[in-house]
Amino acid sequence: MEAAAAMDHHDQHESTGIDHRKLGMWVFLSSEFLFFGALITNYLLYQGKSGFARPYPAEIYDIPFTSFSSFALLMSSLTMVLAHNALARHDQHATRTWLLATAMLGSVFLGGQVFEFTEFITVGGMKLTTNPAASAFYLLTGFHGFHVLLGVLMLLTLYGISRRQGELSEASGLNLELVGLYWHFVDIIWIVIFTVVYLLASVPAGVG
Amino acid sequence: MTATAERRPATTIFRRPRSTTGFWGWITTADHKKIGIMYGYAAFIFFLVGGLEALLLRIQLSSADNTFLTAAEYNAAFTMHGTTMVFLFVMPISAAFINYLLPLMIGARDVAFPRMNALSWWIFLFAGIFLYSVLVFSDPAAPAGVEGVSGNLDPADNTVLGGMPDGGWFGYQPNAGPFYSPGTAMDYWALGVQFLGLASLISSVNFIVTIFNMRALGMRLLRMPVFVWMSLVVALLLLFSLPIIAIALFMVTFDRQFGSLFFVAEAGGDPILWQHLFWLFGHPEVYILILPAMGIVSEVLPVYSKKPLFGYAAVVFAGAAIAFLGFGVWAHHMFASGISPVAQAAFGLSTMTIAVPTGVKIFNWMGTMWGGRLKFTTPMLFAIGFVAMFVIGGLSGVTHAVVPSDWQQTDTYYIVAHFHYVLFGGSVFGLFAGLYYWFPKMTGRLLNEKLGKLNFWTMFTGFNLTFAPMHWLGLQGMVRRTAYYPPEAGFDFWNLVATVGAFIIAAGVLIFMFNWWRSKKHGEPSGMDPWDARTVEWTTPNPTPEYNFGVAPTVTSLDDFWHKKYAEDAEGRPVRRPEAEETLTDLMETGINPPHPIHLPAPSYYPILLAAGIPLVGWGIIYHTSFVGKLLILIGVLVVASASFGWSMEPLEEPHDEHDDSEPSGDGYSSPEVDA
Repeated sequence: MEAAAAMDHHDQHESTGIDHRKLGMWVFLSSEFLFFGALITNYLLYQGKSGFARPYPAEIYDIPFTSFSSFALLMSSLTMVLAHNALARHDQHATRTWLLATAMLGSVFLGGQVFEFTEFITVGGMKLTTNPAASAFYLLTGFHGFHVLLGVLMLLTLYGISRRQGELSEASGLNLELVGLYWHFVDIIWIVIFTVVYLLASVPAGVG
Repeated sequence: MTATAERRPATTIFRRPRSTTGFWGWITTADHKKIGIMYGYAAFIFFLVGGLEALLLRIQLSSADNTFLTAAEYNAAFTMHGTTMVFLFVMPISAAFINYLLPLMIGARDVAFPRMNALSWWIFLFAGIFLYSVLVFSDPAAPAGVEGVSGNLDPADNTVLGGMPDGGWFGYQPNAGPFYSPGTAMDYWALGVQFLGLASLISSVNFIVTIFNMRALGMRLLRMPVFVWMSLVVALLLLFSLPIIAIALFMVTFDRQFGSLFFVAEAGGDPILWQHLFWLFGHPEVYILILPAMGIVSEVLPVYSKKPLFGYAAVVFAGAAIAFLGFGVWAHHMFASGISPVAQAAFGLSTMTIAVPTGVKIFNWMGTMWGGRLKFTTPMLFAIGFVAMFVIGGLSGVTHAVVPSDWQQTDTYYIVAHFHYVLFGGSVFGLFAGLYYWFPKMTGRLLNEKLGKLNFWTMFTGFNLTFAPMHWLGLQGMVRRTAYYPPEAGFDFWNLVATVGAFIIAAGVLIFMFNWWRSKKHGEPSGMDPWDARTVEWTTPNPTPEYNFGVAPTVTSLDDFWHKKYAEDAEGRPVRRPEAEETLTDLMETGINPPHPIHLPAPSYYPILLAAGIPLVGWGIIYHTSFVGKLLILIGVLVVASASFGWSMEPLEEPHDEHDDSEPSGDGYSSPEVDA
């Protein structure tokens, strides 16, 4: 009866028992999978069309370097979990530390991407306008980088709120969980991109 | 809970709007009903614009070698007619119905994310304005990208109308790319449709969460009205198809603005990929256009047949099956594009499969009417019109699934006839049924029945005069998307008939507008339950109070409201319960005077502010080579960022000053302030 009365009063009731925003984030991420699915498919389609202006992305990958920045991004998922865990233990100080660490690792990845793009354009001579595979590569990794950037901004906002208010409240705790969901998603997508777009494409000798 | 006032940060951009009435009340509202009404009016205005464009097309085609429009103007008119009707009329007016009715039908006070709902609406409106701003800003005389292959054929074609997007609502590449469509018109199209997609994506997340999470007690999934089910299916279709068109449109924008080579065949690009991506979105899109209307018809037919919907579960699952199969049929739009025979056979078969769940629905609607006590009101006429016209359109659709037959029909008026039978005879008739049926819900008055019947018969006659002849024109070989046909082709007579029909449709729309305008003020008061309805949305007073339900409803069965009013006798015939009148009076009473205070989401400036930044970025991208363009992008991004920041710092509800939550009020509940 208590639940019914509460609903009359505030409408704070969820038929599934999952918070609106958490469910909303899951629903949104399911759409994001198709967004990146389309981008990755595009790239795979274009990289196989050889015989046009070079270089193709697979010819100028720096796998050791990208492995390093990928490692930074993967570790950021670990620090994200640690931040979430620290908040669950009500350890506000550790929460802040791990939030900042996650944002920093994300920034390392972004810095790596900026460096990679610059190298590809100036040294490798592969621009957006070189060939369709290059266009698809920049569109795919660029949109992924944009997602990481948004994630870093959200992490820094949480960090700022936490600093300002001295703690992350219960409602902000949910925000941390939502940002965490998003962050892990962006990470998982990168695992797919790094495997399919970088590693597998580098295996066969001589594209183009 | 901690006192919220302390925790609220001082950094806000605006003070919270207080007014819930008047101009600012509409601008800042988060009320799903107001948002629904605004969606509806805006969509109807775009319907008139798209209709005018259709009339221009029909005047041009009324006789052979007519010179009413130039070729460029004709291309622009059919492009904008299609784009407007799909993205700016049928989708938003469906969104209007879903916005207004979905929370009411599941017994909720609002959607899950009220401010995001406002955001969707404002993005839609600004995207529509952005798309049509091409009339002011476009530069039809822009230099061609490639020597000698300018899109606009003749300098004399450089009229304002001819400067609108002219690459078709499907924007086929490379025709709509930078070389064959120079100038900025198709950039407006690509970005405008992109922004409209963003608005729909936000709505779809909102509706899905609302349906899963905000159902009244006892409203199990299989007790939801069919309209709610179809809204869920549409939201899922949008969720999974919009990201694909988003990518495709980004590719177009990058090709046109930044020199990428996705669709430039000479450099290794793949124009056919555009068709795959577009139709992978575009075919689910046609179900996005029709399923809300199917939901409306599934609500209307049982009420005026005085029978429950025949095979409720079958109708629901058929809708879901149509949506699921709808993702596997896209290449039937591409049988003439040179895809492999295996692909043609596979897509031909999958297309025919869709006829099965569609047939299930048709038979269920007929089963609903069979043996019912039919009442031929205007909504019922439109609903029956829907079923009949949709059967014709569905049958001609099956003929497209037969590949050799489709090769003959591709790019002819037979296709035009087909999709107008499903989208006008289908969607639009269904939506008109809904407008007549739920008008009392919105206004507390009834639309005039005499004018309504005149409205229906005018539109029905005009519709069939316009589009039936297109079947035989198409089979005789009349080609689509061409401004002229030669006199010796013998197409004159049926084209003239079609043009006359189009003006009869226009007369029908004018009758509707007159009826609406008059009935809003002078219509007969409807009372609470004018149609002896079956579903929960009719258990509140009309027009719906701001808080929807005085007491949150509890549901015990499908068609719950009906079962509160009627029992069954030994032969299964409905018998009105003796206590029915009392139930209605009680509902009216609590609806007008809620026994408990009710908290509603407070209005906010941030949705409209955030949405306003988006077209600025759009204009900025189009003119990004100039200083003004760069400045516009910067301003747009700053507006979006600051609005997002202000939004995230603003709680959904204001702290409640009107009563004290800490006092034990019997519900043992105090509200944690949500600050996202």
